[in-house]
Amino acid sequence: MDIPENYRFSDDHEWTDDQGDGTVVVGISHHAQDALGDIVFVELHGEEGVLEQGDDFGVVESVKTVSDLFAPVSGEVVAFNEALEDEPELVNEDPYDRGWIVKIKMSDPSQLEELMDAEEYEAFLTEGA
Amino acid sequence: MSDEKNLKSVPLEKRHVELGARMVPFAGYSMPVQYEGIKTEHEAVRTSAGLFDVSHMGRVYVTGKDAIAAVDRLVTNDVSKLVDGRAHYTVMCNDAGGIIDDLVIYRLTADRLLLCLNAANRDADLAHIEEHLSGDVELDDQSDQTLQLAIQGPKAQQILQQLTDYDLGEIKFFRCKQIEVAGVTALVARTGYTGEDGFELYLPGDGGEKIFDALVTRQDEGLAMCGLGCRDTLRLEAGLLLHGQDIDQSTNPLEAGLGWLVKFDKESDFIGRQALEKVREQGVKRELRGLILEGRGVLRPGYPIEVDGTEVGQLTSGSYSPTLEASIGLGYIDKDAARASDAEVRIRRRTVAAKIVDFPFYRRPKKS
Repeated sequence: MDIPENYRFSDDHEWTDDQGDGTVVVGISHHAQDALGDIVFVELHGEEGVLEQGDDFGVVESVKTVSDLFAPVSGEVVAFNEALEDEPELVNEDPYDRGWIVKIKMSDPSQLEELMDAEEYEAFLTEGA
Repeated sequence: MSDEKNLKSVPLEKRHVELGARMVPFAGYSMPVQYEGIKTEHEAVRTSAGLFDVSHMGRVYVTGKDAIAAVDRLVTNDVSKLVDGRAHYTVMCNDAGGIIDDLVIYRLTADRLLLCLNAANRDADLAHIEEHLSGDVELDDQSDQTLQLAIQGPKAQQILQQLTDYDLGEIKFFRCKQIEVAGVTALVARTGYTGEDGFELYLPGDGGEKIFDALVTRQDEGLAMCGLGCRDTLRLEAGLLLHGQDIDQSTNPLEAGLGWLVKFDKESDFIGRQALEKVREQGVKRELRGLILEGRGVLRPGYPIEVDGTEVGQLTSGSYSPTLEASIGLGYIDKDAARASDAEVRIRRRTVAAKIVDFPFYRRPKKS
């Protein structure tokens, strides 16, 4: 699957899609969903939703395993993809679009620059393999 | 990473990789965890058939005129009651009644038994068996020279039948027979670890790949290539225990619900008998029970189980059940709470409602 060119990626295989209004949509990469296998549950930890970059804020569970979600940027969670409550498999089927997980209102948009662009992420995956 | 470098290979490892399996370390071997995906493979075994390479399992032959008597002293089930071509499930206990391993014993002849052991326990089992074996008997560990395939599911017989002239209908549940399959001499047993009808094939190293390849070509007839991932979800639904999780040396067969395997009245004495008799007299302190999660989430080993706000045990197994479309698990619950019906499971920062139930969670439909 092609890596979306305009997305930015964390070391933890999360992507961010800058909405241009101070928010980013966040999900997990194709590589991450493939490594997890059949996803059966997605959950956020808290109600409050204010995160520091790197905070674990939820989990993605496959049949076999549990994987933490880490905030790729600091900010407030302003939306959760409620479609995942009934169809967690969307993360497998369409990780970069309908399988999005949260929307974060960034407190420090400059953090986006620290993340990898698509080309760097592709290289990161190749090195890791 | 050093662990991965030291992994042992099953003979078919290269074939699995060629066929697109995802390989993971399991019990010291590089094994396929999945091909198409755990849910797809799971469903194939429940509705059609699946092919598993389980060559990582231990295969140890015990031969000699005292083979039966010698093994009878090592296990809780009554080996003397087996006849040629029959198998049974049993546990091997230590002096304290703790479970060293669970295994299937096949009686091939009066002086030859095949023991199928868990891969992770093979070395410990062999050490224990060698230490306690007595009489005119020899131990022959064939695990590294042989293969073991499992064909499981309602279509297993129909698919395997195409590779042999022998009428597989003659091999009933927990029986075995040495027959020709695809021109190779194989020990075919109607056993498995999925809760479905099916067979396990014990194969010589040189002929095993031939049978595997003959079966691989049957994928369009409804035989799915399967990994160990769905083997675990299938066995959990079927209420089959996993040593190292649900049972181990700190658990005894009576609390694990395996009391039916302990033949206190058998003629032979056996290791662990005294300790288990004491457990029987005093009653178990806890029971292995099933749990079905009612709220959202997935049960996993180690999660605490609470009844009326008090922790009464922990999960030993837990997963998503593709058949029930819910999360299921097993766990030991303190005697006083074990028969309650409502519980809560602590999952990370929440507690989630669960029902305490009997297992198995799934029984295959009876043939009409």
